[in-house]
Amino acid sequence: MPHVLLIEDDAAVRDGMELVLRRHGYDVDTAATGEEALALLDGPAGKTVELAVLDLMLPGIDGFEVCRRLRARSTLPVIMLTARGDDADIVQGLEAGADDYVVKPVTAPVLEARIKAALRRAEPQPAHPERSEYTGLVVDRAGLTVTRHGTPVALPPTELRLLLELSASPGRVLSREQLLERVWDHDYLGDSRLVDAAVGRLRAKIEDEPARPRYIQTVRGFGYRFGPV
Amino acid sequence: MKPRRPSPRARNPEGGSRPEAPLRPLRSRRARGPWLGSLRTRLVVTFVLVTLTGSATATVLAYREARTAILKRAQDSFQDNVHDRVTTLAPDVDLPPTARGLTELAERVSQSLDGAPLVVTRYRELQGSSDRLADSSRITPELREAVRTRSAMSFQRVTHRDTPYLVVGTPVTFGDDGRASGLEVYAVTSLRPEQDDTGALLTAVRDGVAPVVLLSALLALLSARAVLRPVRDLGRATRKLAEGDLSIRVAVKGRDELANLAQDFNETADELQSSVTHLRDQEERARRFVADVSHELRTPLAAMTMVATVLEEDADQLPPDTAQAARTVSAETAKLSRLVDDLMEMSRFDSGAARLTLTDTDVAEAIRASLALRGWTDAVRTELPEGVRAPLDRRRLDVIIANLVGNALHHGAPPVTLTLTSTPTPTGRTAVVTVTDQGPGLSPEALTRVFDRFYKADAARTRSEGSGLGTAISLENARLHGGTIEATNAPEGGAVFTLSLPLPLSETEAKAPTA
Repeated sequence: MPHVLLIEDDAAVRDGMELVLRRHGYDVDTAATGEEALALLDGPAGKTVELAVLDLMLPGIDGFEVCRRLRARSTLPVIMLTARGDDADIVQGLEAGADDYVVKPVTAPVLEARIKAALRRAEPQPAHPERSEYTGLVVDRAGLTVTRHGTPVALPPTELRLLLELSASPGRVLSREQLLERVWDHDYLGDSRLVDAAVGRLRAKIEDEPARPRYIQTVRGFGYRFGPV
Repeated sequence: MKPRRPSPRARNPEGGSRPEAPLRPLRSRRARGPWLGSLRTRLVVTFVLVTLTGSATATVLAYREARTAILKRAQDSFQDNVHDRVTTLAPDVDLPPTARGLTELAERVSQSLDGAPLVVTRYRELQGSSDRLADSSRITPELREAVRTRSAMSFQRVTHRDTPYLVVGTPVTFGDDGRASGLEVYAVTSLRPEQDDTGALLTAVRDGVAPVVLLSALLALLSARAVLRPVRDLGRATRKLAEGDLSIRVAVKGRDELANLAQDFNETADELQSSVTHLRDQEERARRFVADVSHELRTPLAAMTMVATVLEEDADQLPPDTAQAARTVSAETAKLSRLVDDLMEMSRFDSGAARLTLTDTDVAEAIRASLALRGWTDAVRTELPEGVRAPLDRRRLDVIIANLVGNALHHGAPPVTLTLTSTPTPTGRTAVVTVTDQGPGLSPEALTRVFDRFYKADAARTRSEGSGLGTAISLENARLHGGTIEATNAPEGGAVFTLSLPLPLSETEAKAPTA
């Protein structure tokens, strides 16, 4: 039974989401503010939370800040809930570390589909039980760990999936649409901002010089490619 | 970061221009006329002409008066003198006179006059002269005729060898009854001193005209400057005003007509500025209101939308009426949600907040994805050539395609055809997407209003599944790309919507791929 944390200040929306998700078999915890959510995650209930749905407009610390603080301590998948749907908000939210976003008002089936996809990304992948090393970067596909110059790198599921997907075929260019389909499970119209934001976050963690990436390279007009290192 | 294209300045069909949009741009500055046509030149030429005409007229009149006066005085004085001498000396001559007597008379008259002019005396065929060598042809037959017939003193001015002469002739009479004696006396005097006097007048005028004309030209330039500077300032201010700088004002100097004009200009600009500010404030308030309302609607809608599925899921277990109510609430919530979404989108266009998120896009592939997503692949006949690529906002392209095809499917009649063509232009290419249906087409009114907000072509179908903003949003999306959408009817019937998108060279075409 997946355990989801809903962070939303509007009681009606929060209760509505809780009602729908509970009916569909989720364990749901709720928080009305960012502070409350962070406290809850630090407490005993936080141990089992598998995903957070985070509203951006919150009293006190806003959703962007909650996302940043959450990322600093865990790899918990985050779906942000934006009321405005403005491009600037979405980009800022993704840069703060969100894995996906939905624009309010969202229907229950759409929200559930996104939650399911994000949780699937967090599931261990059975394929390719092998360990690959690329000059300084070690990707252990069996243990699902990444080490850079001997130091383990904690990657949230989306970024880990992205790295696994790209490094599975070094030298091959994958388009943003292909990555969306394989990593995010998005069967709706592609939103390349998700891919670009995740690539940016991933580079910040594994590249020596994120501005001049060695592992994840941009192929202008086509997409991204792993290596050649 | 992805490349961002600045949003092209789109015109609003309703005429509600964006606040920062300039007023209608002024036609490019009128080409200056030839140099001769300038106001300054015309002023100077006019001044000089007026000065010349004035001084010429004055000179001619003064010259004529002076010349007449001088000549008259000379004439009168000479005639008086001749008359006196002849009256005094003539009685001494015996009649009929001898040639010698005539000559003596002539000599004596000549000697008694100033400057000893030529004096000629005549009696019938006899003639005496004070100077035998002098040419007596200056005494013309006309004068002699006049003297003889009028029996009074006559005069004539003649020019002889470039010198003007005054010739005076008088008959000599006897006694108090004035009987003619047949004796005639003629005297010839030069008018050269008088001519020299009037000539000096002309010379004086001629020497004086040049400085006067120069002075008047100078004055003309000065006054042209005084007139033209405010005119030029006004012209510059008018252009600025037309370019949208409503704060421009001109300095008001003096209290003449130009100052009044400047005053009027400033007042007009004040009025214009306050009207425009007022309108912009109103527009801004209205726009913010729509945005705020939409936003405020979102939160309750978010809760309603979320729980609507619960109603749907459980409708089957409810009593029929309640089930019907539950389904209606659910369906209407979804519509309301779409309407609010569209209103939000529209207010983003109105406030200029809409931005393009460009990704290198294969247009044919994007269109196929839009159709497939909505299950329309089999309902639409497509002609999609491969290889039409450009940086486009895929989400906005999807909105346009979904709206155009959705309208054709819902309001037109099958088969619906979608074709993509690409034609080269000087700066890249233009992609043209045409969506055609086989329905009755659009009425003339609908053709002009189909892109208006909330316009519904079919009055009976006031509650369609769309928000009524679909085509307006599509058009805004096309304009954001620098393109447009046009609605026409096909000759054989059926509505035709044509989307034209300028395609700048795609990233791959513009530069070689970089690692």
